[in-house]
Amino acid sequence: MGLFSKQNKEAFTTPLLNNNPVTVQVLGICSALAVTAQLGPALVMGISVTIIVALSNVVISLLRNTIPNRIRIIVQLVVVAALVTIVSLILKAFVYDVSVQLSVYVGLIITNCILMGRLEAFAMANKPWASLLDGLGNGFGYASILVIVAFFRELLGSGSLLGYQVIPESVYELGYLNNGLMILPPMALILLGCIIWVQRAKNPEL
Amino acid sequence: MNTNSNTYTIIYASIVVIVVAFLLAFVSSALSDRIGKNVELDKKKQILSSLNADFSGKTDSEVADLYTATVKADLILNAAGEVLKENGGFAVEVKDENAKDLAERQLPLYVCEWNGETKYVLPLRGAGLWGPIWGYIALNADKNTVYGVYFSHESETPGLGAEITKDKFKSQFADKQIRRGDNLTYISVVKKGKESEDTDFVYAITGGTMTSNGVDAMIKDGMSQYANFLNQ
Repeated sequence: MGLFSKQNKEAFTTPLLNNNPVTVQVLGICSALAVTAQLGPALVMGISVTIIVALSNVVISLLRNTIPNRIRIIVQLVVVAALVTIVSLILKAFVYDVSVQLSVYVGLIITNCILMGRLEAFAMANKPWASLLDGLGNGFGYASILVIVAFFRELLGSGSLLGYQVIPESVYELGYLNNGLMILPPMALILLGCIIWVQRAKNPEL
Repeated sequence: MNTNSNTYTIIYASIVVIVVAFLLAFVSSALSDRIGKNVELDKKKQILSSLNADFSGKTDSEVADLYTATVKADLILNAAGEVLKENGGFAVEVKDENAKDLAERQLPLYVCEWNGETKYVLPLRGAGLWGPIWGYIALNADKNTVYGVYFSHESETPGLGAEITKDKFKSQFADKQIRRGDNLTYISVVKKGKESEDTDFVYAITGGTMTSNGVDAMIKDGMSQYANFLNQ
């Protein structure tokens, strides 16, 4: 089987759209609501989850034939927790500012359902290379939804993007107001609902 | 091999745990020096931030130099306002001190020289909505007028409570006075429409009421420990 065979390509591309972990598998909703009030944290969270889901997929895939069936969930959790702790230590040592910004969210990656979902559904039954692609695909799929939701929430809720004011002062003087509801968690759920609606309307097979 | 036997499962679990434990211990000890330095530098930056210092374009060692040049003494006071030690305040963990009785607390005080004037920087620590919040408040030499503040938090909601770290909120504190007459009234964080005549105030964050209340309590609790020093 070639490195970029049809199957491997699909492992990478389907989670981006038609099998998106957030909008189709409906996993990882909790963090999608929590970190999307601003674009910056959403981006970093997306990147961190992508790295961790890809690495843990590879590790579990390498171990898959040795893991005793009865304790497989525990082994998966130990691997994920160890990787998250290491990533968080590395962030603290080399990019302290980013780690301060992410604060508790890095630790929360351990509880992200996408990780356990991919480990159980894919890495336990596939080779490391395919698992890496699957992990990257799911990570990017998750990150893309986070970025879309955060884009609208920060733009409409705070009038800024990545912390920079994009709606000019003159518009506010004309009576424009930021939508306070946008920065509250319920609006993330409503936006997410809209994205799922659009996606399903375009693709009736889902 | 039968990977479902009890013996295999137990041995496998033990090996996984031991390997992971060694790995984590190794990474943690290998990086602890770097992390410790980062934490120390970050604390220096926080203290300088309360003086509205600008770090843009400065390297880490330049920030450390700026700290050495600015902070003339990091005293340790007690609640009676007496100086216990002339230096070493930087190493005091405010979190640990807050757990002690007021009379036994070591209270760090940073005496700074900023643009040729003396400033006193007091550390603050309290509770927000989800976790701890902390900060530094810089007073002018009159021990009455606020020069600047710095706030940070562990896990407040981005866009709501976390806005306490933004300039829009912090800049309100400049030139406020912590006294009315001879009484220490500190500074209140109030909702629009609830302004008080009895004390200087700043406006709370919309949608971040619990965090704003936390800041209000943190300023009052934190500064009241220094009441004897402030009245000297």
